[in-house]
Amino acid sequence: MSASPHPVTTPLVRRVAVGPSWWTSPMRRREAIAGYVAILPWLLGFIIFALGPIVASFILIFTHWEILTPPTWAGLENVRHLLADPLVPISLFNTAFYTLLAVPLNLAAALLAALLLNVGVRGTNVYRAITYLPSQMPSVASAILWFFIFSPTYGLMNAFLGWFGVAPQQWLWDVNLVKPSLVIMAIWAFGNAMIIFLAGLQGIPEFLYEAARIDGANAWNQFRHVTLPMLSPTIFFNLILGIIGSFQVFANIFIMTNGGPGTASLMLVLYIYRNAFQNFSMGYASLLAWILFCVVLVLTLVQFVVSRTWVYYEGEST
Amino acid sequence: MISVTSPDTAQSNSPRLRQLGFFLGRLRRPMVHVLLLGIAAASLLPLVYMVSTSLKPDGTEYAFPIQWIPNPAVWANYPLAFTQVPTLLFLRNTLFISLTSLVGELLTCSLAAFGFARLRFPGRNIFFTLMLSTLMLPYFVTMIPLFVLFRTVHWINTFYPLVVPAFFGGSPIFIFLLRQFFLTLPTELDDAAKIDGAGFFRIWWSVLMPLVRPALATVSILSLVYHWNDFVAPLVYLNSQNKFTLALGIFLFQGQYRTYFNQTMAYATMMTLPIILVFFFFQKYFIQGISMTGLTGR
Repeated sequence: MSASPHPVTTPLVRRVAVGPSWWTSPMRRREAIAGYVAILPWLLGFIIFALGPIVASFILIFTHWEILTPPTWAGLENVRHLLADPLVPISLFNTAFYTLLAVPLNLAAALLAALLLNVGVRGTNVYRAITYLPSQMPSVASAILWFFIFSPTYGLMNAFLGWFGVAPQQWLWDVNLVKPSLVIMAIWAFGNAMIIFLAGLQGIPEFLYEAARIDGANAWNQFRHVTLPMLSPTIFFNLILGIIGSFQVFANIFIMTNGGPGTASLMLVLYIYRNAFQNFSMGYASLLAWILFCVVLVLTLVQFVVSRTWVYYEGEST
Repeated sequence: MISVTSPDTAQSNSPRLRQLGFFLGRLRRPMVHVLLLGIAAASLLPLVYMVSTSLKPDGTEYAFPIQWIPNPAVWANYPLAFTQVPTLLFLRNTLFISLTSLVGELLTCSLAAFGFARLRFPGRNIFFTLMLSTLMLPYFVTMIPLFVLFRTVHWINTFYPLVVPAFFGGSPIFIFLLRQFFLTLPTELDDAAKIDGAGFFRIWWSVLMPLVRPALATVSILSLVYHWNDFVAPLVYLNSQNKFTLALGIFLFQGQYRTYFNQTMAYATMMTLPIILVFFFFQKYFIQGISMTGLTGR
């Protein structure tokens, strides 16, 4: 098996059952019982830490609960509150805006770096290590660092612009620039997507390029008709991961801007956090969390549907 | 087998080089170097800036234009950063949480992975799909009921909420990764052990676990980095200073000594340094883990 760049879509391996079925053969039964015991810790964890909370969170949507007093039934009051809350569309817009810029640009940088690294020039390991590092930095450390970099008076960003004669900017303190600033920071951490792209590129068999060359394909055609289609499952995988991650961006925002200036960088997850742990409106926060859940789910499903038109999987007849 | 071949082994005139030809023109190899140098510089510049700032004397960190070489270099910022906030205590807390979680994850994730990869039982694929689907679940959906749950059992401001889930297969991504490794081992191993009288858990512990050591190393490194960097869970569950992790410590630091950016950067550098060291020594495992799972560090 080669390193899989799109593991979640890997088909489950089914071992064909040979011989008597599990309830007639003592041996198969022992194996089945061992199987359940093996997954038992995970299964308990799944019920306690995932399934239970999901159900509880759904019920909480219909309650008022400030933690200290017992919850009271609220019916659809939280939903009514949601529809009248101006911060909900603002935080949704900010999150979408950020995702729409950060994910494609991050992936483009990652793909470019991966293509260059895949050439295999001398020192590739060093280049790879350096470009990968930013994505592994503790999020609090990078948030503090970038807070400093974006400083209007002494920051690196304005120094950098100064080299090109551009006037200093207010960055995180500018309503129009705060989201692009966060996007710049997100592009910087392209390392994870890059490593996944590299694995994908290395999975493309050489003979496809040879065949394309024999057919007279030039370098661009080889890229367009071999590299891109063969890489499309990897691009798709990175896209899904990127969007799921981007919709949950928290530490950067919480530390650097806390949603400001005004509400210009108020993201959905920050708004959930505020409602849950600063206002202690558990019911309303649960409703917001479900909105997040549904948005992520719908986006992922839409991508799966749309992907049929552009993602190529080997072994499909089309 | 799962392996990520080093790009260094690519032939000098490989087709991979040609992929790029369209925008590199005739320059190719030197051009690749130039572009890579540019990207590497952009990646590194903020980090250099961080280290440079961490060594500046008080006040000069605000000097503009930027002084890249601190003059004089104030190494004392580092011990100062250690004493301004109880950094050693935070370090101990972080290590305790990271290592305890690691033990839990290695045991329960590998056991579940063994079940999913090597044992046949009714409903296995359904359970496996359920497990994978939790990967998509946003943390913030379960966080609120979990907070309520942990509050009811008086676990708020203890390390339990941060380590107990790890003993219940808390990281589906690691189960998935280990399962993939278990699947690559020949089933004849299990059969031979069975003939020798080994039970299923003996096969897991004594036969297969030693053979997936590289995968266990990958999981260990990804897990340690994850817990070292984790911010949201400690933020939600820990509220007294003596329970803080390093990640929370930096936050406190910033609030209290907002103007001392040199010391804050020294703290940030100290927090980043172990990650850099781990990465340089165990790069192979990192890359294997990331390419197989797409796991992100945060």
